[in-house]
Parts: sequence; structure tokens; C-alpha cells
Amino acid sequence: MHDKVDVLIIGSGASGAAVAWSLADTKMRILCLEQGDWVKPTDYPTNGRDWEARLFSDFAINPNRRARETDYPINNGTSPIQVVNFNGVGGSTIMYTAHYPRLHPSDFRVKTLDGVADDWPVDYDTLEPFFAENDRMTGVAGLAGDPAYPFHQPPMPPLPLGKTGKCFGEAMNKLGWHWWPSDSAITTTEYDGRPPCINLGHCTPGCAQGAKSSADITYWPHAIRAGVELRTRARVREITVGPDGLATGAIYYDADGKEHFQPAEMVIVACNGIGTPRLLLNSVSGKFPTGIANSSGLVGKNLMFHPFAHTYGYVDEPIDGNQGAQLSLWSQEFYETDKARGYVRGYTLQLHRGAGMIVDAIANTARGFLPWGEAHHDVYRGIFNRKLGLSAICEDLPEEHNRVTLDPMLKDSNGIPSPKIEYTLSENTKKMIAHGVARSKDILEAAGAKNIGGEAPMLNAGWHLMGTARMGTDPERSVVNEWGRSHDVKNLFVVDGSIWVTSGGVNPTSTIQALALYIADAIKQRLAAATLFD
Amino acid sequence: MLSSQETNDLRAFAGAIIPASAQHGVPGADDEKIFADIVNSIGRDLDDLRGALKKLAGIADLTPAQRLEKANAFRAEGGPLVATAARVVIQCYYRDDRVMRALGQEPRSPFPKGHVVEQGDWSLLDQVKQRAPFWRKAPQ
Repeated sequence: MHDKVDVLIIGSGASGAAVAWSLADTKMRILCLEQGDWVKPTDYPTNGRDWEARLFSDFAINPNRRARETDYPINNGTSPIQVVNFNGVGGSTIMYTAHYPRLHPSDFRVKTLDGVADDWPVDYDTLEPFFAENDRMTGVAGLAGDPAYPFHQPPMPPLPLGKTGKCFGEAMNKLGWHWWPSDSAITTTEYDGRPPCINLGHCTPGCAQGAKSSADITYWPHAIRAGVELRTRARVREITVGPDGLATGAIYYDADGKEHFQPAEMVIVACNGIGTPRLLLNSVSGKFPTGIANSSGLVGKNLMFHPFAHTYGYVDEPIDGNQGAQLSLWSQEFYETDKARGYVRGYTLQLHRGAGMIVDAIANTARGFLPWGEAHHDVYRGIFNRKLGLSAICEDLPEEHNRVTLDPMLKDSNGIPSPKIEYTLSENTKKMIAHGVARSKDILEAAGAKNIGGEAPMLNAGWHLMGTARMGTDPERSVVNEWGRSHDVKNLFVVDGSIWVTSGGVNPTSTIQALALYIADAIKQRLAAATLFD
Repeated sequence: MLSSQETNDLRAFAGAIIPASAQHGVPGADDEKIFADIVNSIGRDLDDLRGALKKLAGIADLTPAQRLEKANAFRAEGGPLVATAARVVIQCYYRDDRVMRALGQEPRSPFPKGHVVEQGDWSLLDQVKQRAPFWRKAPQ
């Protein structure tokens, strides 16, 4: 048995790192349990000549393909979108693209503005100081003055426009549509002891340069220096409860499979939209027979992805190819609701640089465009370094039948039941995807691109995992309250993407981390007032 | 590990789908060095690749034209075995020094040298800067 800690955080990813750092100034004893390992910069694929091949093995985005000891299998069932993630210190920020938009003010008032889903119990203005603090801690590059957002000032200048950006800029201007340098969690100057981006061009599976702001190199060094303990290779099986119904700690397995009990005064869950409901549903007791914090029956329900509609084409002259951050521009032209489009809500368009030599060859082989035989070489030379790509990140509305449950058969290497995904696309989403594909084609044609192809929704694109432990003021319609505390268990908190009420149409990490800082601040205020567990 | 028959068939398949090109000055995927890399890199794809090679059995015994015909017939079936067989070839072919140089690429890992991306013409953004804010106000 280990010594009791004041705060036990489960999961060291985007939200766990932020909440650990913020709570460190309370001088409480804080421990974070992480099922994965630290990833060393020298382990990242861009160190070697096999950097693209490793996308299909130990740095695959799909955990079922990656299949590291530290991963758990996921039954994706018949879902048209498969879960992708990473398990390790920093969580999925190790393998994110670092595209870092905030939710928009309208995203917090979906019911009021558009009559669908629910409003959030917090709003943009409440979160704004936490967005700003998070941008500073994370290290964000961008350009102030985007007319699609309330004013904010990223701490570093934007990523370079490059030849690809010039193509997009000219096309968007021709159409009269919005585009802007993205807020990117990538350093463009020296920042907080980290070097600037040198355009390795392969941001997703980790940055050997340390320019991509993954949580292992942003929040964690500061949190650890402030006294937080981070224990790796600690896979939590369940949260335990005492006779009073309060959480008492967690049972976990170490790397050797040995079982441990870690007692705690309070527990914070930060395992994101799949890992969190899995853990809560696995935490069954006499008091909570359907899983801890689940009196509403909503744990695992309302799973939201962002269906990605990816469209691409090829221009005549070479552009940036794979060199430079893949994502550095966005368009919010179609973000806000326009009912004339036949659906409600909207999407961000991410404007992509190209893929690597190998990935592009594989993709064009798969779609049948790249021939086999002698013609292969001529066709390949016609597409190499000429790719323009766009992804519409479509808002997914909450539906209870889209859910995470426990698979009755599938288990991880410690025998813990795995998550099972049940998910279908709504008619609203299908219409939005079709609109996103059509507008993407308009942009590609305006840029002079040919050989247009795409995938919608992308199968291997379940990056953004939200809604499965939603926040709200009504205990019958939500799992946690407006500051992240379980309605049922007053010393249990959730701080990750699972608490989202609606999904918006942006990459979620910035808002996940701002929410975690907001919840940490709420905890600190109530600690000071001695009302935290009231 | 592949049997000698499987190895021969894989090499014939590799050479059929990406043959050498004198015009472009590149070897084929059945080149000795590239093929050695392919065989050494099979790893976790062994089972699927074996499944693919069952469907391609005997391709090594055919003429070049027949090999391509058989490979394309296999391709037309689609599915994960086709994807695996193509990927194990492509992922090694396009990292060969000679192939990369022929495409104007430096044969090296991205780190530590990185790449130069031009800043570009930011005046293109002037048109967007003139636009009034259009984010939707939300009631508190």
C-alpha cells in the first residue's frame, strides 16, 4: 500500500498535465498515474530513414495497429470512424498535429442559438483567461486579428506561409472566403527553453526537435519541478469508494502486472473521451453498480467525434510537399450556422501541406490512381510534392446512441475490459460533410488543382473524443457539474474532453486544456473557502 | 520468415509493380539492395503478406508482362492483403538513396537538418484583414 496523496490524477495527457501544473501551487501532495512511458525525442521517427514506415508500426495513430504494451485494444465495431490516440506521458498530444483553435463563443450556446443539443454551463468569456494562460504555457504561434474570433494575441508569430500557403491564399481570395494563419502549438521562436520549428515536416508522430508543444515538454517539466509526482507504467483498473460513497483512491497495475492500491483524498480523471468512460464503467461497487458517477446513466453516452472530410488535389508546379508543419492555415468561412445550407452548425477547414513521399505513394495506390508497371514513374512524378489537401472538421451533435460501453470479451494485457464503440453519423452530419467536400473542391479548383480525390468521413480519424461524461447543472442530464465535479461523488472530478456538452467544429486540445485550468482554479477557490466537498 | 518460393514471388511482384526505369534513372523495387530492405522490414506484416503471396503464388515463374497482369488482377480484388503487399514494397522503394536523389530529394532523415520553408507573401492576407469580425455573438 502506498502513502495517501491529496490529489490523484489519472492520465498525463493534455488535461492531466494542465490540472497537475495548476494545482501544484497549492503545495498539496499530487500524484499522476500514467499507463504509458515517457517518449524520448530520440525515439521519434524523424530521427531515421524509416520515418514514414513507422507510421504503420510503432507510431501508427490507431492503437489497434500500434499495439504497444502500453496500449489497450478498442473494439470499433461498425463505426465509420475508428478511435486514434496515444498512451504515454503527454497522451495524444504526442501524436497530434498541434492545430490549436479555440472553440468559438457560439459553441457554448448551441441550444439558445440553433435550438439543438444543449448549452454549456460555462461560456467563452469565462474561459478566456484560461485560454490565454494555456497559450502561454503551451507555446502557441499565430497571428492576432482573425475576424473569425474574438481578439487574442498568440505569444509567437505564425508558421511560414510557404508555397502551399500561397496557393491556398490566392484561391481563397479569388473565392472571397476567409482564411487565416492557424493558432498552432508549435514554436516559431525559442520559447520556454525550447528551440524553434525547423520544418521537419512530420509533426503527427512526435517532434524530434521539441518544437511541437506536446504536454510532456510544456506542462510536465513545470509541474514536476513544482513537486508533482508522475508515475509511469501505472494502468488504473478502477476507482475505489468507501462506505460514505466518496472515492478512496485507485487500483492499478505496474509494468510487471503487480496490483497496487493508491489511496487519495480526491481523484481527478483525465483519460479523455474513451479512457474516462471506460474507467468509470469499470469502477463498479455496491454503491455504484453501473459504474462510478453514473447515476444519470450517461457515462459513455453522447460520444462525439469530429467527422473529417478530407479532400485533395494536385497542382502543376512543385509546392512545399511534406516540408513544414502540415497544418498552418484554417478557414472559418463555414463555421457558423446558415440554415440555407440544409444543416445546422458548421465546420473548420484545415488547409494542409502535402504528405511524405511514401505516404502519398501508398495513398494514391490505395485509391487506384498510381498505376503499377512502367507508367508508375511518370504518374508519380506528376503528383510528387504537388499536393494540396483540405479537411472539414465537422461538428458532431450529441446523440445518446453514440456511445462507449465495455466489451464483454475484449480485454487489455492486464485483463481490464476494453471499450466498445457504437457510433453512426446523423443526417445533419452527413449533409455537413457533403457541404464540406463540395466547398473543398471549389477551393482546389480555384487553385488549379487536378486529380481530385478524398475520403469522407475519414476512417482513421477518431482523434477528437468528446461528450461521454458531459458537464451540466442537472444531475439527471449530466455526469459532472459546471466545474467538473461528479454529481454523485463529491471528491471525484473529470477534466478531459469527455465533459464537453457539444463538440464545436475545431480541434479540441486548446479548449480541453483551458477547461482543465478553469476546473483547477475552481478547485483552488473552494479549497481556500473550505467548500470543495460540500 | 518467408520461404524461398514466397521470397521469389515477392521479388517478382515488387519488380512488376515498380520496374526499373532507364528514362528516370531509377532501379526497380526488385533491385538487390531495395529488395533486401523490403525483406528485412516485413515485421508485423508477415501474416498478411503471406496471405497476399498465396494469391500471387507462381508469379516468379511468369514473363514480365504476365507478372504485371497477375499483379493487377490481384490489385483488382482489393482489400487489406493488397494494401499490405503494396505498402511493404513502396515504403522501402521510396527511401532508397538512388530513388530519392532521382526525385531531387536529399537521402537523409528529416532530423536534425530540417527543411527551409519560405515565409511567403503575407500581403495576400490583406484582403481578409479588411473583413469585419464575423464570429457570432452568444448571449451570456
